[in-house]
Amino acid sequence: MLANLGYGTLIITFLVSIYGAVAAYIGARKNQPSWVDSARNAMLLTFPLLTITALSIIYLLISGHYEVQYVTEVSSSSMPIYLRVTALWGGQAGSLIFWSWLMSAFASAVTLRKWDRDREFLPWVILISLVTLAFFLILSIFVENPFVSFWQSATGNITTAMFQPAGTTLYLPQDGNGLNPLLRHPGMIFHPPMLYLGFVSFVIPYAFAMAALITGRTDDRWIRITRRWTLVAWLFLSLGLLLGGRWAYDVLGWGGYWGWDPVEIAAFMPWLTGTAFLHSVIIQEKRGMLKQWNMLLIILTYDLVIFGTFLTRSGVLSSVHAFAQSAIGPLFFAFIGLTFVASLSLLSRRWNDLKSGVQMTSWFSREALFLLNNLLFVGIFVVCFWGVIFPVISEALGIVGQKMPALAGVFTGQKVTVGPPYYERATGPLFAGLLLLMGIAPLSAWNYSTRKTLGNAIWKPSVASLVVVAVLWITGTRSWPALVGFGLCALVTFVTLYEFWRAAWARHKTHEENLLQALWNLAGKNRRRYGGYIIHLGVVLMALGIIGIELFQTETQGTIPQGGHISLGQYTVQFDSLSVFDTADGRNVARAVVSVYKNGKYVGELHPRRDYYYESQQPMTIAGVRSNMEDDLYVILVDWQPLSTTGATFKIYHNPLVNWLWLGGFVFILGTLVAAWPDKEPEMVVLRKAVPATINPRLDHVD
Amino acid sequence: MEQAVEARPKFGGRIKFIVGGLLIVVAIAYLIISSTKANAQYFFTIDELISRGKSMVGQNVRISGAVIGDSIQYNPQALSLNFTIANVPADNKQIEAQGGLAAVLHDAVTDPSRTRMQVVYLGPKPDLLRDEAQAIMTGHIGENNIFYADELLLKCPTKYEEAVPSQVAP
Repeated sequence: MLANLGYGTLIITFLVSIYGAVAAYIGARKNQPSWVDSARNAMLLTFPLLTITALSIIYLLISGHYEVQYVTEVSSSSMPIYLRVTALWGGQAGSLIFWSWLMSAFASAVTLRKWDRDREFLPWVILISLVTLAFFLILSIFVENPFVSFWQSATGNITTAMFQPAGTTLYLPQDGNGLNPLLRHPGMIFHPPMLYLGFVSFVIPYAFAMAALITGRTDDRWIRITRRWTLVAWLFLSLGLLLGGRWAYDVLGWGGYWGWDPVEIAAFMPWLTGTAFLHSVIIQEKRGMLKQWNMLLIILTYDLVIFGTFLTRSGVLSSVHAFAQSAIGPLFFAFIGLTFVASLSLLSRRWNDLKSGVQMTSWFSREALFLLNNLLFVGIFVVCFWGVIFPVISEALGIVGQKMPALAGVFTGQKVTVGPPYYERATGPLFAGLLLLMGIAPLSAWNYSTRKTLGNAIWKPSVASLVVVAVLWITGTRSWPALVGFGLCALVTFVTLYEFWRAAWARHKTHEENLLQALWNLAGKNRRRYGGYIIHLGVVLMALGIIGIELFQTETQGTIPQGGHISLGQYTVQFDSLSVFDTADGRNVARAVVSVYKNGKYVGELHPRRDYYYESQQPMTIAGVRSNMEDDLYVILVDWQPLSTTGATFKIYHNPLVNWLWLGGFVFILGTLVAAWPDKEPEMVVLRKAVPATINPRLDHVD
Repeated sequence: MEQAVEARPKFGGRIKFIVGGLLIVVAIAYLIISSTKANAQYFFTIDELISRGKSMVGQNVRISGAVIGDSIQYNPQALSLNFTIANVPADNKQIEAQGGLAAVLHDAVTDPSRTRMQVVYLGPKPDLLRDEAQAIMTGHIGENNIFYADELLLKCPTKYEEAVPSQVAP
């Protein structure tokens, strides 16, 4: 039976991982390359093995083997093939396998790279990847086994077990429950894989960091090797977050994209520390500073990745996302605690080696501004982490509140929670600070920058953005957070475009290229820098969308008869008709037709609808959205009376500028691709570092 | 080489970074503590809320309870929703000990001796509002012991990831 095959290969993979980890350890400790090669082969073997496991699940899903519990839970015969394939990550047991599979793919890819110059890292990178993989395999084998089947005893009791219990026969349900309809959306099909890709690829830089600590080769070699991995990890994580936001906007029908739900935050936290890491490694590369800090950041990011996988999958916190509940919590916490303590003790062993002789000289230097950026990102992370664990801490540490009345509102000794207003209030100023830094930092210089040099560079863009704020004020914008936000967006835009212009102009003068050519070659020569600037522009566009929807969203609701109207701002929505019908794939659809008028002029028709899935007894609301760059009109069919003339109930949101968020997302991803794109001569940078700069100064301006 | 250039033994070279860094840390800590205080929401069971009596009237709290299906009244014209919830324990261990959330909700609805509370909510009727659903609400309690909910979240634990498919449940 295929379930047995899948389970068998799962166990073999686990044994292979353990063997590989042990072999890597022996090879490294005894300095025996044959053991390391054997470990490497073990690492490479995990990927085809897990591919068999994953394919068995996919086969079971496609062929409708409902005797397998997981297949019953997440699929049904009315689901199209592609949804049955993606149901692999539709539930907890399957997504853990999916996680392991991606992990082994990435770790194998790393193992295949050229290791000539970094031989001493290899066994440790393998060891750390395999230990991480083995942990997830333990979860799959012992706790969340996707191959468990239903068994029926002679008395009719149905139990679940991997292997046939005595006196039972296989029980085959007619059909499965089907994938939660909320998850049948393109955003949701790609969102988990992207997040998981981001999660697993952050394991790679962590593995190298630990290898550097263990071997004592604590120069910035590990950072240079993993620079691109980190960017790729970050790219996937960003994509995952964006797709999740888009999914929420399209499917959840609350008119928003981000609800500060613990599960969203769980994916956001490694992104925050990862973003801080991406910035601070640049300081280490350029100035040899912050080595200990970078180690801390990557350790934190790794454990947040594990924590994120746990939160998104364990349903430990009440949440709209909590589709899964399980008992894997203690195992996760044990693993997180163990790896965190082990990593920190390694770090403390090498703490002195990582000390840098270089000191910062000015708050206006670029490295100082990068450090500020790091503090803000970590600050936002702390805000998020505190919000997630606050309910637990506050209840447990009520004694602190009793002893210190000033903190009685924080350590309450009660069951307490904080919602979106907490996050918005606490992170808002920090995000604004990040925007400000994005405007200032590109104008500052490494090492030497004074108030004067920076002031000379920044006064023009500052004045220009103040003009923008003034124009907004005159045209009637009175919300001060919006004015600050738009002003900062303008500043970043001016500074970033000016940077492009300045560099392209200089190149145009010296290289006899036209401006476009100059711009193209410029970006090609220093992809990380100009990719980074494109990312900043993407962030600005996203900020416009976020300011628009957060500060200017309006909503109304009402029950109207056929032909009746609801107005919201410039818009009027007229209820034309409603039809209710069944579809072939097991849905009951109620679909309303409404006409939209803007300032009294007809602008189009929308079809908000409600699908009711018979098999899972779950309704799903699909908003009718009129969308353009100025605003979205988001109409939800809330309720209806099919047989009377009383009409239907609609909820209408007006979301100004929200499309800039998605556009900004595209630009953001584009910038990340530019920054992460492989160089033509990948060893160039290394070469420069290896050869003293005085011998070959010509290469010095490559980076 | 680089070091020689930068080692400016000027007084306060390091101090200003430590002071600046501390200022930022303090600012972030202030943001967190003040935002927590301003937005902390107490999570009560119905029993706990009622036992606290009048002191809780008007306070923003979060409560949860089991929805009693027969009590649901919805007026689509006024978009007003009335229903009654029965007390359920909030402690996860206690819920597990009593056979999981689905069983706890079922017991709460069928047991007439449980404390009950009437809820008023203005807004459209959520899809998942039905008998034996868990309602998690934020809002405040009035003088009349009616709970006025601002936000209404529903959980139906029997739907997904259950041990046995619904068509074979006893």
